[in-house]
Amino acid sequence: MTEVSLNNLLVGEIGIVSKFSSNDNSFRQRLMEMGITRGTKISVERFAPLGDPIEISVRGYRLTLRKKEAEHIVVQRKRS
Amino acid sequence: MNTFHPQIIALAGNPNSGKTTLFNALTGMRQKVGNYPGVTVEKKEGKFFLENNEITLLDLPGTYSLTPRSPDEKITADILLGKSEFVDTPQAIVCVVDANNLERNLFLASQIIDLQIPVVVALTMLDNAENSGVEIDAHRLSALLGVPVVEVNALQKFGLEKLKKALLHLHQQKNILRLWKMPEPVEKSCEEIQKVLEQEYRYSSPVAFFESLRLLSSDTFQSNGNETSNGTVKKIVESNYQKLELFEIDRHAVAIESRYAWIQSLCIHVLKVQKTAETISDKLDRIFTHKIFGFVVFFLLMGIMFQSIFAWSNYPMELIDNGVQFLASNIRQSVPSGDFQDLLVNGVLSGVGAVIMFLPQILFLFFFLGILEDSGYMSRAAFIMDKLMSRFGLHGKSFIPLLSSFACAIPGIMSTRTIENTQDRLATILVAPLMSCSARLPVYTLMVAAFVPSVMLFGIISLPAIVIISLYLVGVFFALTLAAVFKKTILKSAASFFIMELPPYRIPSWKTVGMYMWERAMHFLQRAGTIILGVSIILWFLATYPKLEHATPSERLEHSFVGKAGHLIEPIIQPLGFDWKIGIGMMGSLLQREVFVSTMGTIYNIQTSDNNSSLLQKMQNDIDTRTGEKIFTPLVAICLMVYYVLAMQCMSTIAVTRRETNGWKWPLVQFGYMTVLAYSVTFAVHFVGTFFDF
Repeated sequence: MTEVSLNNLLVGEIGIVSKFSSNDNSFRQRLMEMGITRGTKISVERFAPLGDPIEISVRGYRLTLRKKEAEHIVVQRKRS
Repeated sequence: MNTFHPQIIALAGNPNSGKTTLFNALTGMRQKVGNYPGVTVEKKEGKFFLENNEITLLDLPGTYSLTPRSPDEKITADILLGKSEFVDTPQAIVCVVDANNLERNLFLASQIIDLQIPVVVALTMLDNAENSGVEIDAHRLSALLGVPVVEVNALQKFGLEKLKKALLHLHQQKNILRLWKMPEPVEKSCEEIQKVLEQEYRYSSPVAFFESLRLLSSDTFQSNGNETSNGTVKKIVESNYQKLELFEIDRHAVAIESRYAWIQSLCIHVLKVQKTAETISDKLDRIFTHKIFGFVVFFLLMGIMFQSIFAWSNYPMELIDNGVQFLASNIRQSVPSGDFQDLLVNGVLSGVGAVIMFLPQILFLFFFLGILEDSGYMSRAAFIMDKLMSRFGLHGKSFIPLLSSFACAIPGIMSTRTIENTQDRLATILVAPLMSCSARLPVYTLMVAAFVPSVMLFGIISLPAIVIISLYLVGVFFALTLAAVFKKTILKSAASFFIMELPPYRIPSWKTVGMYMWERAMHFLQRAGTIILGVSIILWFLATYPKLEHATPSERLEHSFVGKAGHLIEPIIQPLGFDWKIGIGMMGSLLQREVFVSTMGTIYNIQTSDNNSSLLQKMQNDIDTRTGEKIFTPLVAICLMVYYVLAMQCMSTIAVTRRETNGWKWPLVQFGYMTVLAYSVTFAVHFVGTFFDF
């Protein structure tokens, strides 16, 4: 299993959140409150037509965030 | 046990959880919309009956957590924690939980349960959940959460009586055992801080617990007591920071992670998810967010919306105009002529007309916005437009308000409410009036018809069309550039995230859309309408007095305060190429920009408005008696149009900005920057134009 930033996953790929690479605690807490905690499964559903932002599926709902933000979420890429 | 008689019940929940629908179903038309003092957050409350008691239901702004990250969320947190100066702490809470999205909705629900205010969970969106293969055991959920859970479908009025019954059976319980736990060292730290908070700040124990979590997870110690207490608390909090560091515990994350871990373990027992092949939402999204069709659909929808506010609303606007004219002629017949009649007709009535003239556009826009919002499409629109808008420091959701402003900045500014981030919203409000609205078009048309030769370029497009398109582009260019400038300077936010939920698509409810339109329209009439009416009457006064008897309308206007002001500002506007007559026109434009055309008509003694050709000739032939040169040259016409693109001449927009930002600061900033911008750009154009002897 390889660790990559969330923005490097391809559409349809699944990753398990392993850590955050940001020191901004308020940003980290907002993501966690939205359900992106360590060990959570995230799948990439699609990219916006212009390539950014990303649509992901987490805890059974859809969330969109910019690549710039997804960069700070480190996931373990799962073979799907 | 005493029966429980709450007077104020709060309705809390995540955004998109069906909270508004439930609020509408419970309170019907017995609603009141206002503002929380000092902030731009809307305060919505309504009344409903529990047995024979009238209860105030407070619709709190949707939030994902009680740790606020926006002014809206702060209102919700403050009220629920009893920290609000303006609202009493509610005696009971209805917590709305979206069945489609149980885990994340339970995060807020669990925080609310911790507050130990009696709470009922209202489980919504069950039909949607069923369609996407989600099944929830409500009884089990109630047992595991320790609070009543009621299944409701607000649109079909299902479960409302049950919800009311559950509210009646609530009672005040003290010291309910908290069901979720953190690692032992954190629990200990928390307990220690909680105790000192209860002692020093006299917090109740649930509030002290919540505050201790907040203190443990924040970067540095911040509190709100007096100095000596703060010192005591600070010492204990900081010693606990060190303790947790020794245990290698991430204190910023531990509370959130522990809460979610508990929710996950709970959901194993209550939540059954059957993998469906592909939900309807996904199928729709394959079109709506498709690389090509996504934009096709988007621009098609925008086209229809734009058409409706630009063209369709002309019919009701004409009706309103005819109605106003009809009333005016009635007043002229029944009220003896004189100052009083003039005040009624040209002051009050034209002011009222100016206010309700905007209503059709506002209703059309909010009809479409309501549908887009309620169906879930709005967040997709933001999703596909975000990259483009983010280049200018704006949000994906800024697109629709800016587009609407092409029709009229008033509904445009009102529609920025969908932008949650305050800074992004303010930037959008500030630049919205730079988009050329429909009221500028008559001015452009008059100037172009008079001074731009109607020649075809390359055999396909006429020069006047190019000039008008260029004017629109000038507006767009400055709007986007200035938005970027504002976001880098006065509206710099510490961290602007774009983290947005994409709710599943639903069929919009007519009732919700109708309520939305009604609410916006009433808001506009009450808040902005009064200011617009007041200023109209003042403007009428200034354009009428001091009076000159036995004179032509043109002489009277010149003699009035407005006319004098036109002369007064002549030295200021002369560098732009404008004379005092244009100055008077600019003054009159404060009511509505297209008034420029009729003011010019009055000045040049044209009695009927449909006699445009003679107005054109008179303007073309007008000669400055001092220099013997023509007043209106093509350069002056261009300068005037550039000025009209950029200047803030619309007092209705100022009124709406004041209303939407809840203060005079932002309308003044808006008026100030636009005036400076319009003046300097027009000056530059005139200077360069004169230099090249254009």
